[in-house]
Amino acid sequence: MNILIAGVGGQGTLLASRVLGNYAGLMGYDCKLSEVHGMAQRGGSVITYVKFGEKIHSPVIADGDSDVLLAFEELEALRWSHNVKKGGKLLMNTQKIMPLPVIIGASEYPENIIDTLKKGQFDFYGIDALGIAKACGNEKALNTVMIGYFAKVVGIDRDILKKALEMSVPAKFAEVNIKAFEAGYNA
Amino acid sequence: MKKLAIGNYAVARGAYEAGVTVSSAYPGTPSTEITEFIAKYKEVNAEWSPNEKVALEVGIGASVAGARAIVAMKHVGLNVAADPLFTVSYTGVNGGLVIAVADDPGVHSSQNEQDSRYYAMSAKVPMLEPSDSQEAKDFTALAFELSEKYDTPIFIRMTTRVAHSQSYITECERKEVPVKPYVKDAGKYVMMPGNAKKRRFNVEDRMNAFGRAANTMAINFAEYNDREVGVVCSGGVYQYVKEALPDYSVYKVGTVFPLPIDAIKEFAKNVKRLLVIEELDGFIEKQLKVEGIKVDGKNVIPNIDELSVSKIRKAVLGEDIPVPVQTVVRPPVLCPGCPHRSVFSVISKLKLNVMGDIGCYTLGALAPLNAVDTVVCMGASIGMAIGAEKAQGREFAKKTLAVIGDSTFVHSGITGMIDAVYNNLNTKILIVDNSTTGMTGHQPHPGTGRTIYDEPTYKLDYEVLAKACGVKNVVTVGTMDLNAVERVIKEQMAKDGVSLIIAKEPCALINKTKKPNYSINEKCKNCKACVKLGCPAIVNKKDGPFIDSALCVGCGVCVQVCKFGAICPEKEN
Repeated sequence: MNILIAGVGGQGTLLASRVLGNYAGLMGYDCKLSEVHGMAQRGGSVITYVKFGEKIHSPVIADGDSDVLLAFEELEALRWSHNVKKGGKLLMNTQKIMPLPVIIGASEYPENIIDTLKKGQFDFYGIDALGIAKACGNEKALNTVMIGYFAKVVGIDRDILKKALEMSVPAKFAEVNIKAFEAGYNA
Repeated sequence: MKKLAIGNYAVARGAYEAGVTVSSAYPGTPSTEITEFIAKYKEVNAEWSPNEKVALEVGIGASVAGARAIVAMKHVGLNVAADPLFTVSYTGVNGGLVIAVADDPGVHSSQNEQDSRYYAMSAKVPMLEPSDSQEAKDFTALAFELSEKYDTPIFIRMTTRVAHSQSYITECERKEVPVKPYVKDAGKYVMMPGNAKKRRFNVEDRMNAFGRAANTMAINFAEYNDREVGVVCSGGVYQYVKEALPDYSVYKVGTVFPLPIDAIKEFAKNVKRLLVIEELDGFIEKQLKVEGIKVDGKNVIPNIDELSVSKIRKAVLGEDIPVPVQTVVRPPVLCPGCPHRSVFSVISKLKLNVMGDIGCYTLGALAPLNAVDTVVCMGASIGMAIGAEKAQGREFAKKTLAVIGDSTFVHSGITGMIDAVYNNLNTKILIVDNSTTGMTGHQPHPGTGRTIYDEPTYKLDYEVLAKACGVKNVVTVGTMDLNAVERVIKEQMAKDGVSLIIAKEPCALINKTKKPNYSINEKCKNCKACVKLGCPAIVNKKDGPFIDSALCVGCGVCVQVCKFGAICPEKEN
């Protein structure tokens, strides 16, 4: 399975990919993840690739070869939507983070992103992961809400993914993350 | 134990398992984590060096003194270390010496996408290229054996995708390798002409021997499949080829220099057509052509940008690549509360010429600050300001600032400052001192007074240093006070002689003391002065800007640019 995680630097895409990596390990799959460090992390567009299965070669998903796009922000969902397979799934956190060209008034944030994405050749799923994370007590847990939602939509074994989550976060944050995971799963 | 690990961890682990005891580096994406991970092993004496040249010299010294040593750097760092590189090739080693160099095809976080494989050829130093984390670990450990066997420094070449991708590795126990005795051997280690001329023959013999042995090394191998086309490839590209062209025969090169020429000739005989698929230049292709092997390469595969499965499918099979949606870009930005923003807002206002440098503050070149005119390499700001003054005359220097970060200044700005004083110039230097190496992830450096182990050490005093170098005008100012910064810059620009201004405020990501948020009240006249700061927390709306309380860190810079007193702490509004 090829999962593309797209977001804005600082949104916790890296942790999400590591949870999925640990899931793959628990399932006994071969797995590769690819991350971006350095310049790209300063509030820019950030993507992380997760691939698992019998045998994985390239750590980067080929264009148009993503089974799932896990988008943490609307504009980033739009930007990477061409990467989703025909019949694949696009899961999006319905949050808008203004990029600098919009902030300074040089560009407009695209309108009606949800309508555009609903017309795509993939199944679209939207969720207010940020709102749910806030309700769980920590807005930073929006990445875990997305993981929980992913488990439900894609039909991943909830308990194994939850175990992978516990392996990926420091013990003191385990409780809030499990809560956020459950809330995402039940959304 | 099997575990997921990034390539850079695997290099560190491989060196550890091979008994390395000395490690040195200057941080640089995508190589930084190698040294961060090595420093966690208590058996290894690791350091952040002031620059890559010193780092390599430390490695060479450790090797001559009998230790296994690893030196890590990014591709452009190897340019800095090139001077010792070309001569350690002649001296060879005592303890194994591995140079891990990480290229950045696609320019994810660099100023160019140079192909460091040419250094291997030019300096006559063998180079191994792993394709995933397991190979990164295995090749690094093997590199120490080969270094000692062939009396040569040796490269491990990483690329961004191998360095920063995770795949499974199996860890082994560390092999303790005793440090060999220090032996004086002037003929081997004193490279003056008489000795160097002799050692030159050793270099040639060694490379020939290595090249012959490469033909039977296990890290060079053929995988036969359909024999219509045989692909020669190495490193991360091998993984792309296996996915894009699963039915093709493949010759996987582990030693990109020297190549296993006889083995590739044999492979070529067994396939109808030979195609080299390699990232960046036709480095392997050209070597094969010199050997008279008929081969396709850069006539099919692009030489710009990183490769991918899709690009290989397109180039070889003619498959289309899905077209991305054209939409608003999201460039990296200076963080909310970043001290660089306040300096650049003043520079923008004063309309100065700015010779920039390498670091987070390079982002000062982007809209709306548009404050940086040039960025070339580490330390170039000062040298270029000197050159510009020579071209345009002394008065030009009074409108021109060399802006350089603290870590970059220590790396290679000090010699430029000495040049300016020595040649009686007017050069104006501004150190944006955020007390860390920011862009690479907050490594300490000699100006921070902390070592790689976070132990206290002497803290380099820029004022004392500048005065000792003969800089006439030296002044330190708090970065977040815009009026003070403006006053100091204006004063120094007007003076004769070299000036050094140190604008000091720790990086906003280190300085986590959360101050109260600000918000904008009804006094706002929608003049957009705050918007022009380019702060991610200040969002421009038609009816006036507003401050995103989730992003605001309360740095107070916007308060200082508002002429109407419309920005106040949130609870007072």
